[in-house]
Amino acid sequence: MPASDYIVTIGLEVHAQLTTQSKMYCGCKVGYGAPPNSQTCPVCLGMPGAMPTLNEAAIEKTVLTGLMLGCENPEISKWDRKNYFYPDMPKNYQLTQFDLPLCEHGSVPLYDHCYPKDVQKDIPRPGYAVKLTRIHLEEDVGKSTHHEKNTTIDFNRAGTPLMEIVSDPDIRTGEEAFAYLNSLRQILIAGGVSDADMEKGQMRCDVNISLRKTEEEPLGAKIELKNLNSPAAVRRAIHYEIDRQSTELDAGTPQVQCTRRWDDDLGESTVMRSKEDAHDYRYFPEPDLLPIRTAPIVEAMKKLVPELPHEKSQRFVTDFGVTEYDASVLSSDKHLATYFEQAATGAKNTKLVANWVLNDLLSALKESFTEIQDSTQVPAENLRALVDLIESGKISGKQAKNDVFPAMLETGKTAGDIVKEKGLEQVSDTGALEAFCDQVIQENEAIAADVRSGNEKAANALVGRVMKLSKGQANPKVVIGILLEKLK
Amino acid sequence: MAAAPESDLDIRYVADLARITLTDEEADTLGGQLEKIISYVKQLEALDVSGIEPTAHATPLFDIVREDTVKPSIGVDATLANAPQKTTDQFLVTKVVE
Repeated sequence: MPASDYIVTIGLEVHAQLTTQSKMYCGCKVGYGAPPNSQTCPVCLGMPGAMPTLNEAAIEKTVLTGLMLGCENPEISKWDRKNYFYPDMPKNYQLTQFDLPLCEHGSVPLYDHCYPKDVQKDIPRPGYAVKLTRIHLEEDVGKSTHHEKNTTIDFNRAGTPLMEIVSDPDIRTGEEAFAYLNSLRQILIAGGVSDADMEKGQMRCDVNISLRKTEEEPLGAKIELKNLNSPAAVRRAIHYEIDRQSTELDAGTPQVQCTRRWDDDLGESTVMRSKEDAHDYRYFPEPDLLPIRTAPIVEAMKKLVPELPHEKSQRFVTDFGVTEYDASVLSSDKHLATYFEQAATGAKNTKLVANWVLNDLLSALKESFTEIQDSTQVPAENLRALVDLIESGKISGKQAKNDVFPAMLETGKTAGDIVKEKGLEQVSDTGALEAFCDQVIQENEAIAADVRSGNEKAANALVGRVMKLSKGQANPKVVIGILLEKLK
Repeated sequence: MAAAPESDLDIRYVADLARITLTDEEADTLGGQLEKIISYVKQLEALDVSGIEPTAHATPLFDIVREDTVKPSIGVDATLANAPQKTTDQFLVTKVVE
């Protein structure tokens, strides 16, 4: 049967590094770029007898994430040891949470604009929110570098607070997985809990995927995919996996539970380990850490829940009258949203401000490889002033685009100053314009007569002549008004 | 002395999980000892705990946390001082690829 007839069931496990100063169980500094093994101590090196302590901020940020995603919290939360041997994990166990995680249930809303561009017009489950199983708080491992004959290990990253967000098997396509990751990222950034950049390893994703033929059948063998470094890679890996599994199932080859490694350059996955090597982690409660009562933390974090991207988006529609799509893009990035809000507040035409931000400003920033928060040439109030000049007829949209905005980007000056310097101000002074109009009507009697007899379109030809007389500085809207009045 | 009671203990599996290689003789000795430990601890199963609230920890204390402040690390030299094998700034191990 065709791949599209199989029922695909997908669950995602996302690890996000939290934005804390220090590590999860010790005071070593968190962050990149330090010389190898310089941000380590007996706790994160797993020395015998070293005692871990819980980082309060990491717990708070995890609880805040739970609040943003509508999770519940067990009354008591505790930590457990997950035993396994791997050189990047010096204690030979990971300190994580097993049966009492900080957060349970909740969901991640899939925002329309977070889907891949090519499918945004055809979303099978619009407005769907993917259910979550749990969110728990654990620690990252060290960084291994594999060489020809050996492996070297840097433990600076070991012990970095890591939040694991586990979804229910509630995702059906690679596109939903793509939207899930982008939506989740926007929410984590809005809450200031993680920078969540997959390409920088601040957010990582494992995919579990299985296929079956009918709803009545139990779920198919679960295949885990690893080494996925971007939402686009996740999407590609899922497509590949659906094709691979359906082809094998069609050929009568049953699927066996295993872990596969995705190679994004080759566009294929290979078996990493089979079910026979599945880990037996022998979890047991961590005796050196005491449990946490969640209620007071939840209470304290409620005050810190930010306006989420979809709430901001709705407000932009209501307050500024922009389209739902524009609003969703404008609210997708914290800094972009702040810029737009500053520019649109008090503007004469807020929709036009949105157009300028989304088109002219963003493409200019893209060309100069600048992030909106780092750009200083066109502050929000200057963009608002530019749009106000267009709106009030002082300059035309064309002049703004071709002459004024490029000069603003180049010089950092205000639109008003540039208009004055370049002598671009449109002539809206009716006295001067009436004289031009009279002259043009006199010189073009035939056209004037045509307009008088009711052919208003013919007036456009006269407008062109007035524009010429005014050396392009007349405001065409005002000119046509005067001409039609005179030729009634 | 009575023989150790039957249990589900698979000494070979446990040794494998712990990355320990055992001779047949060691497996017999350690297996027997572990069986005894387990049967000793199993006496706890005789206790009636039906009316007792479960606890997450044996110590009745909660919420022991520290502030998120950075403390000095011990430095590269101290970090690598005990390493059986090292480069100038990293731990060196047998090649592992998973």
